[in-house]
Amino acid sequence: MSGSDSRRDPDALTGNVTAGRPGDDAGVGGSGDDAGVVDARGTACPMPIILLAQRATAHLPGTELTVLATDIAARYDVPAWARMTGHTFVGEKETDGGAWALTVRLKG
Amino acid sequence: MEAVSAGLADGWADPARLNSESRRARTLLDASRDAIADVLGTRMEHVHLVPTPHLAFERITAGVAAARRGCDRAVVGATERDALMDAVQSALGREPDVVAVSRLGHIDVEAFAAAVSQVGVAFAAVQHANQEIGTIQHLGTLAESAHAAGVPLIVDATASIGHVAAPSGWDALVAHAADWGGPAGVAVIATTPHTRWLPVWAGRGEFAPGGVNPALALAAAVALQERMEDIDATDARLREYITTIRQAVAGMDGIDVVGDPDQRLAHVLTFSCLYADGEALVSELDRAGFAIGSGSACASGTLEPSRVLAAVGALTHGNVRLALHPGVRQEDIQAFLDELPGALERIRSRLGAPRLAP
Repeated sequence: MSGSDSRRDPDALTGNVTAGRPGDDAGVGGSGDDAGVVDARGTACPMPIILLAQRATAHLPGTELTVLATDIAARYDVPAWARMTGHTFVGEKETDGGAWALTVRLKG
Repeated sequence: MEAVSAGLADGWADPARLNSESRRARTLLDASRDAIADVLGTRMEHVHLVPTPHLAFERITAGVAAARRGCDRAVVGATERDALMDAVQSALGREPDVVAVSRLGHIDVEAFAAAVSQVGVAFAAVQHANQEIGTIQHLGTLAESAHAAGVPLIVDATASIGHVAAPSGWDALVAHAADWGGPAGVAVIATTPHTRWLPVWAGRGEFAPGGVNPALALAAAVALQERMEDIDATDARLREYITTIRQAVAGMDGIDVVGDPDQRLAHVLTFSCLYADGEALVSELDRAGFAIGSGSACASGTLEPSRVLAAVGALTHGNVRLALHPGVRQEDIQAFLDELPGALERIRSRLGAPRLAP
């Protein structure tokens, strides 16, 4: 069980939701706006999706959000999440730091 | 168990020797192969028993490839078992050509036909049914394409034999006794009179020199016969149970039901739950008495999520994999459905998941 503690740690929920730093390929969505980036690096499934979904509730329809994730499952789960929730998956890009930048456009 | 005891009493000797005890062991083995051949639609001399499905995949891919001189490509589907993928890689010394599957898990038949028509294809290897999502392939069409291109077709039927009627159109087939309720330690390679293969390993042209324990072979054959006697009734009952669960979970928020709803194994169902982790689901449901599986990376202890879930574009986290035993009852199904929403709710709130839209 110890391997999963970090995912269950409530601090992991807030502690990792920091805006992407400049130069982190935050511009995949086109905006380059830090507010449009969800940094889920270092978290494992399903945290990248939960962090993305939390952030999605605070944004206007049509906004593009980019989640940065090191967990490979996010590459499959971000498009699946978009399909299940009615948002649109825009695309993916591998960043220099070995993370994936996955972009969605919020429905509406 | 009775079959194993009877087998041990009668089949303890080395079946390759000529004394009377050994002849009895030989007879047992042959009777077992005969019974298995009957179910697979082939003849006893084309049923080869080996200890594990891994060895079966390794030997049949290597053997068929060796008989296809100058061909070093293989064609597989995107949802094949790891054991098959490893065997193909090892037989050819290169990655196979992987044909994509649809959202329901069916191999793209046109892409498959194009792939087998390339120059230098030693064989194609595809599964009959998928062990995770239950989807049964359009094998007839795939076999036609392979044969039109003159490419031998190896079918992985490890998930299907004992659950549905054996497929036809294959040049070689692999099955696994543990998957039909038989003992571990017996896997089957079935061939046809036209299958060409060469033994590229030591041991007098047998797939598994030394063979398998005759007692286990007998138990495997008896278990298969018992399964086949009730197969229609079992199929109908388990299919109804899975349909019930399928419809119930499809109506719950944030659940992605995976696989073909109709053309599938009767007893298998996989679905994924948004904002839940597979490991937590496995332990929550285990606490309630349900032994489920999960294809989520977090539950399997691997870095990668299930290749099958990824290939069909399903949500890979929060995955629940059910395989119903023939002994499952209606009330077990209801109990599972009563338990699931509460378990999901607890996990989602623990992870701080947002509310799902109604």
